[in-house]
Amino acid sequence: MEKRIVVDPITRIEGHLRVEIEVKDNVIVDAYSSGTMVRGLEIILKGRDPRDAWAFTERVCGVCTTVHALASCRTVENALGIVIPPNAELVRNLMFCTQMIQDHVVHFYHLHALDWVDVVSSLRADPKATSALAQSISSWPKSSVGYFRDVQKRIKAFVETGQLGIFANGYWGNPSYKLPPEANLMAVAHYLEALEWQKEIVKVHAIFGGKNPHPNYLVGGVPAAINLNESNALNAERFAYVKKLLDDAKTFVEQVYIPDLMAIASFYKDWGAIGGGLENYLVYGDLPTNGYNDPSSFKFPRGAILGRDLSKVHEVDTADPDQVKEFISKSWYEYDSGKNSGKHPWEGQTNLNYTGPKPPYDQLNVEEAYSWLKTPRWKGHAMEVGPLARMLVGYASGREDFQEVVNAALTNLNVPVSALFSTLGRTAARGLETQLVVGWSQEFFDQLITNIKNGDTRLSTDYMWEPSDWPLMAKGVGMTEAPRGALAHWIVIKDKKIDNYQLVVPSTWNASPRDTKGQMSAYEASLIGTPVADPEQPLELLRTIHSFDPCIACAVHVYDEKGSYVHQIQTF
Amino acid sequence: MSKNQKTYYDLAIEKGYSRRDFMKFSAMMAALLGLESSSIGQVAKALETKTRIPVIWLHGQECTCCSESFIRSSHPLVADILLDKISLDYTETLMAAAGHQAEKSLQDTIRDYKGKYILAVEGSIPLNNNGVYCCIGGKTFEQIVEEAAKDAYAVLAWGNCASAGCVQAAKPNPTGAVPIHKMISGKPLINVQGCPPIAEVMAGVLVHILTFGQIPELDRLKRPKAFYSRRVHDTCYRRPNFDAGLFVQSFDDENAKRGFCLYKMGCKGPVTYNACGVMEWNNGTSFPIKSGHPCIGCSEEGFWDNGPFYTHLTNFPGFGIESTADKVGLGLGIATGVGIAAHAISTNIRKRSLINKVNGKPELEKNES
Repeated sequence: MEKRIVVDPITRIEGHLRVEIEVKDNVIVDAYSSGTMVRGLEIILKGRDPRDAWAFTERVCGVCTTVHALASCRTVENALGIVIPPNAELVRNLMFCTQMIQDHVVHFYHLHALDWVDVVSSLRADPKATSALAQSISSWPKSSVGYFRDVQKRIKAFVETGQLGIFANGYWGNPSYKLPPEANLMAVAHYLEALEWQKEIVKVHAIFGGKNPHPNYLVGGVPAAINLNESNALNAERFAYVKKLLDDAKTFVEQVYIPDLMAIASFYKDWGAIGGGLENYLVYGDLPTNGYNDPSSFKFPRGAILGRDLSKVHEVDTADPDQVKEFISKSWYEYDSGKNSGKHPWEGQTNLNYTGPKPPYDQLNVEEAYSWLKTPRWKGHAMEVGPLARMLVGYASGREDFQEVVNAALTNLNVPVSALFSTLGRTAARGLETQLVVGWSQEFFDQLITNIKNGDTRLSTDYMWEPSDWPLMAKGVGMTEAPRGALAHWIVIKDKKIDNYQLVVPSTWNASPRDTKGQMSAYEASLIGTPVADPEQPLELLRTIHSFDPCIACAVHVYDEKGSYVHQIQTF
Repeated sequence: MSKNQKTYYDLAIEKGYSRRDFMKFSAMMAALLGLESSSIGQVAKALETKTRIPVIWLHGQECTCCSESFIRSSHPLVADILLDKISLDYTETLMAAAGHQAEKSLQDTIRDYKGKYILAVEGSIPLNNNGVYCCIGGKTFEQIVEEAAKDAYAVLAWGNCASAGCVQAAKPNPTGAVPIHKMISGKPLINVQGCPPIAEVMAGVLVHILTFGQIPELDRLKRPKAFYSRRVHDTCYRRPNFDAGLFVQSFDDENAKRGFCLYKMGCKGPVTYNACGVMEWNNGTSFPIKSGHPCIGCSEEGFWDNGPFYTHLTNFPGFGIESTADKVGLGLGIATGVGIAAHAISTNIRKRSLINKVNGKPELEKNES
């Protein structure tokens, strides 16, 4: 007998996600993923100044803050033919790296770790054994017996108050937790350390963008100015500050995050065969080293992989009307061209049409529409986006830096290549790309300093800043790699104003409902076959869903003056 | 009940206060919270026996930037807040439990700490179409807020979404997004404004309540005066450039490289009340103007519709480039309903000597001038 289990809210994510699963003989046999919140950013953007769009779209997500601002600036620059100065590209890259490093570390410790780490078990750990374990895997200085004893004391005092706060009603003691107590204690200590450290690295955003979350961006470059002889601008002190933060980040990632990831993964190798899901991967690529208009210079290469065939990387073109299309067969919308047609984002059109159950409800009707998310497809294929996709495309593109970290991890864990296509692989890929990114951030910083030494201090261009210079009509698309995967915005500018603005975001690719052909998207596909030890405790489901790092802030819709909905943006 | 951690009562006694003082303090707190006198004993008992005040943190139409900002707090550190100061019993961002178990945490706290928990809300509430635009656990966010607010003793509206509706309430507000104060009455409510608010401001408001046992003084928009009584313009280190007529004319020009005033680039500092210029962001690292971008006014209601961002403020009565900021203050005073005289005094940096006389702090003026 199949049993329907509803998990809503899925916690430790951004946004509002509901998952309904069918379980038979302790294995998930069917799954439905639903986004349950919309805000309506697209109608709000319509008619506004395109140069302001970055700020509106940045508010799509405060967890992966910056990514929409970056995509938006690129979209407007693409439409208006603006090429930003090399230093602006480098500063944007540094902000990108900062975001990815902070986001991935926070995901690992604060959003994902509690799926693998039993906090209560850490109370039984021997601080000596914990210290020995920590010192055997890393040279991180905070690893003495006394240090772990103090952490344990603190957690114990906390638990004894009887007020468990964020740890209340967790799945502690579930048989799926496999770590020995000392590994649990080490992870709990690092949970707290990472919480303290993550607020440091984002200061890079504050220096270049004035604040974090939601630092400032600028169409045409970045808003800061360089003047080595001025206290009111980016000077040697500011750059020294950035350098220190980047160095500390590299140390933290290399001495804490990666060793922890590998240590924890070594107890969960069986998850290298669970949660694989789709076999197709999509990457837009990012981190240009020769300007955004030269994708061949990207540190993260662009491309698609089909059927897990790593011998071929397919070309991706987001301006091609036949490549990216969005479907609404199982979403709460209508198209004038029919419920089963697909539309390229430049032509995007949505009539919002909630047909779900009247709240409060217990179960969605999955035979019909069941989500506010649309369903994007690339050449008709369901694609997974995110860290695993990026590592695979880098690997398959023959990039030695990617191959080196991937092969080292496989050897370290003693698992086959096939283990990449899994829940474990996804979680590991996130760490491995962080390892690459901390290294690249040093290169970008050094290049920026070299450019300044050589006399180039430009950080923005005023080309096409004035709307009076703009053509009557312009179209643009801007892409980036958000921490959660391929992100693109599409704009149509008419009479100096936004005529149409669309976003197709990573979690839309991954979390969307089924398409016209009944093909599942990544979340649903990856859950099929997942074992569930105790159906009352959805721990295994959380492991796989969290391995994607969900970010469901909204599926945004536009309606015209008459009140009928005509467009949609889907966002994290 | 373990005594591993000190209760408020322990701390009060340790600091030399008597039991009587403590009861007086509890009565004051109950009064501030708008509780009846019969509740004083309850408040006293709560403070005496509970080490950490339970907090329910709900998420509606939002982007989680407020939660992200909160975890950036450096004083106190967020780990210390979570382990020592509050019991964050429900927050979708950080809690271990999901689904039914998460729901249980929420219901447990509402039931067991009736009238004693803080409700913190991040995000706005969509009212159109019977609230189907934001559902959690099959319930509308509107229903959830109503249930959780009923027995809360105070409500914290985090950020611009919960305080004023923020970006989703910008014209034409397709989902009918409304801030929390439109839904809740008869409770102490604090609007902690900003998109997001500064981390230490968020922590500061909480710490104020926990340390001093009272709701901080609020302005007429229910923002804590400690952080929102000054215009960004009046606390901006670039203000002397404004007064001297030294302006950035385009991004990255020579004037930008010298840190001139960003007014002509659209800076909304003259109409924005926030602590950015004083506290700065990310533990005092910088703030938007310091990093070369005009203030977009993110702690004000309707700031998304006060743009475009890069157009300077000509639509405020009497305000031109040649005019002084006093007149902006006047115009805004009317617009936001703030007392004009008080506003003009408190916001005019060049009348600092007068302000200080009024406030009885003449020594401050000497240091500054």
